[in-house]
Amino acid sequence: MAASGLRAMVGVKRVIDYAVKVRVKPDKTGVVTDGVKHSMNPFCEIAVEEAVRLKEKKLVSEVVAVSCGPQQCQETIRTALAMGADRGMHVEVPAGDYEHLSPFHVSKILAALAKKEGVDLLLLGKQAIDDDCNQTGQMTAAFLDWPQGTFASEVTVDGDWLKVEREVDGGLETVRLKLPAVVTADLRLNEPRYATLPNIMKAKKKKVEVVKPSDLGVDLAPRVKTLSVDDPPQRKSGVKVETVDDLVAKLKESGRI
Amino acid sequence: MFKGQLNTEQVFPYPSALSEDQAQTLQELVGPVSRFFEEVNDPEKNDVLEKVEDRTMQGLKELGAFGLQIPVSLGGLGLSNTQYARLVEIVGMHDLGVGITLGAHQSIGFKGILLYGTPEQKEKYLPKLATGETIAAFCLTEPASGSDAASIRTTAELSPCGTYYTLNGGKIWISNGGLAEIFTVFARTPLKDEATGEVKDKITAFIVERSFGGVTHGPPEKKMGIKASNTAEVHFDAVRVPVENVLGAPGAGFKVAMNILNNGRFGMAAAMAGTMRGVISKAVAHAANRTQFGDKIYNFGAIQEKLARMALLQYVTESMAYMISANMDQGASDFQIEAAISKIFGSEAAWTVTDECIQLMGGMGFMKDAGVERVMRDLRIFRIFEGTNDILRLFVALNGFQNAGSQLRGLQQAVKNPLGNAGLLVSEVGKRMRRRAGFGTGISLNAVVHPSLNSSAERTVRAIDLFAGAVEEQLLKHGKKIIDEQFVLKRIADSAIDLYAMVVVLSRASRSLEQGHSTAQHEKVLCDTWCMEASDRVVQNLTSLRADSTRQFFKNLRSISKAVVENEGVVSPNPLGI
Repeated sequence: MAASGLRAMVGVKRVIDYAVKVRVKPDKTGVVTDGVKHSMNPFCEIAVEEAVRLKEKKLVSEVVAVSCGPQQCQETIRTALAMGADRGMHVEVPAGDYEHLSPFHVSKILAALAKKEGVDLLLLGKQAIDDDCNQTGQMTAAFLDWPQGTFASEVTVDGDWLKVEREVDGGLETVRLKLPAVVTADLRLNEPRYATLPNIMKAKKKKVEVVKPSDLGVDLAPRVKTLSVDDPPQRKSGVKVETVDDLVAKLKESGRI
Repeated sequence: MFKGQLNTEQVFPYPSALSEDQAQTLQELVGPVSRFFEEVNDPEKNDVLEKVEDRTMQGLKELGAFGLQIPVSLGGLGLSNTQYARLVEIVGMHDLGVGITLGAHQSIGFKGILLYGTPEQKEKYLPKLATGETIAAFCLTEPASGSDAASIRTTAELSPCGTYYTLNGGKIWISNGGLAEIFTVFARTPLKDEATGEVKDKITAFIVERSFGGVTHGPPEKKMGIKASNTAEVHFDAVRVPVENVLGAPGAGFKVAMNILNNGRFGMAAAMAGTMRGVISKAVAHAANRTQFGDKIYNFGAIQEKLARMALLQYVTESMAYMISANMDQGASDFQIEAAISKIFGSEAAWTVTDECIQLMGGMGFMKDAGVERVMRDLRIFRIFEGTNDILRLFVALNGFQNAGSQLRGLQQAVKNPLGNAGLLVSEVGKRMRRRAGFGTGISLNAVVHPSLNSSAERTVRAIDLFAGAVEEQLLKHGKKIIDEQFVLKRIADSAIDLYAMVVVLSRASRSLEQGHSTAQHEKVLCDTWCMEASDRVVQNLTSLRADSTRQFFKNLRSISKAVVENEGVVSPNPLGI
């Protein structure tokens, strides 16, 4: 494949905005999403930015932004288009099914789309800030049987190969992947740009194709059952101790030492 | 009358001028603009630097913030007034200094080109203005010409060959004066009256490029607030302006200037609504967390009254801003009174709200770190510029009489006994006032207001009737000389402002109730509370005009003022005599 002709696909997830104080639903089946501000998962933004930069360097010819979920996901796709993606694909998942949608389903969808669209590079965020799963990239690579470079902090295209610097415990690891490949973005990969207002207007003219999971042969039957969603336990007020001896005594009393 | 009926439709129900597509677009624009102001712009730093930080300025240009209302075909975003108002509200919430930089550019700086420009002028100037490659400024004020804008002395003389004007004069306090490349300049031009052959000076508007030569500017002025914005003197020394750069018709400059200002005022109300939103959040955060006398301070009545009043003022201002922007988007051409009211009300409301926020926060509010003192300094100018609130009050009050005046002249011609027409005229004015407030003569508000707001609607109707009566009386009493009765005019204007505020919140709260908004009940309380106090204020203002004691009161004010002026300061000595 020609170096200038890579096709990149980026997954963009619509999540509750990072600044919103999340509230658990009274029936403990999940968190309140109605009337809550949503935006693009920050790691997905980094992935979009990377794809757009590769396109600006003429290493990528087309950037396709994909999102799975209800109608509102198109807003997230529009944001990606405003940042510079060329076209969008919305995998429409009805609200009822969306509650049970897990990385397993999403990676099957992404794998099917990547094949269908002839993608060379699939860029994803390393995880979403809502469920913190950190599974979709890895599972998608497995379904595709492609190499993966997760937690990327630097991506360099080298012909048919990709050099990915990864943030691992205790340092950086550099891996060389044969394209096609899956890359998930870590925080330090880049600083995503702001969607400018003129680009938002221009993005309105870009196409967003709507597909159904069934068109891709993906079964959305739930594989995981959520038993209960709870608030983190409230921190109990502590006590003040006068001396080190008191502290040691208290810690022993509570069985900590 | 046409105007009256149009207004009825405009005010009820609360208008919504956004198409589905426009609403969708706006939805998409609000996020990035908010984010820019939360994450990139640093209001404290801009204030200290006395300029908008370079990276912020660059960011704003890239963001597209300099061409919000320029048509898409000319490189702008083509936003409607309502969409513009919503984005300006965000700017107002975060940084009024940046707001002025943007506003001086597009709300007044090049608005003339948008409103009056020829297709060639638009093509030539707007694309670069849209991207912020060139910055615009509006040059009207001169050392000897402030509120009295018709008295400017800058001159422009047509060359004998008729191809250019030579512009001479100096303008002061020009926002963006030191940054701008494109200036909208107003100057006196001698014009020959075709009919009489008499040569008279008339004001003409020009588009002047800095690159024409002879355009210089002074150093940035040191100001109390909006320090981030550039304010400077601009001098025009024998600047050659091609005749193609006349904006509007030669001699029509005063109208151009007034229409530019009229078209921009709703934006100030929107910005003020945003400022108040931001300031109220700060006040609430403090009130909810500060403990004194063993209780959170929001539980104390003194604090509750402050917070409630702050919320009321914000609600009224915001309701006015979007009512007017919607009216403008729906093609209304007769909105200048409403726009003036919204500027007066918004700037004073924001001042009060911010002052009370500082008061509520006590010593903490007075400290720079709280970030409210800057808002207070920034806000002060809003009661002064783009038409001082005092002049705008006269404008609001006189408008009713002015229309009546022209009718009077018409009647004078028809009937040869002008004094005998007073009754005719007066009934006309009364009807006009009632209509202006939003409904046909004699019709109650019950048909258009949500039933649960009936008591407020009745209060409003009573206040309007009283208002119409007071206007009649004053007109009978003073006739054309009403123009000189500024004490009276101020009270008439204050009442008109209160009435418009009442009608606007009645309309908005009705819509919320009818559409079952989740905040509808709260809005009902806001509306009822506002109407209770405002209608009392109207009654007090207007009944006082009838009282003999009021005449004496005005006389006293005149004589005190005169004495103080003659004495060049306070007249009475220190009570200690030392």
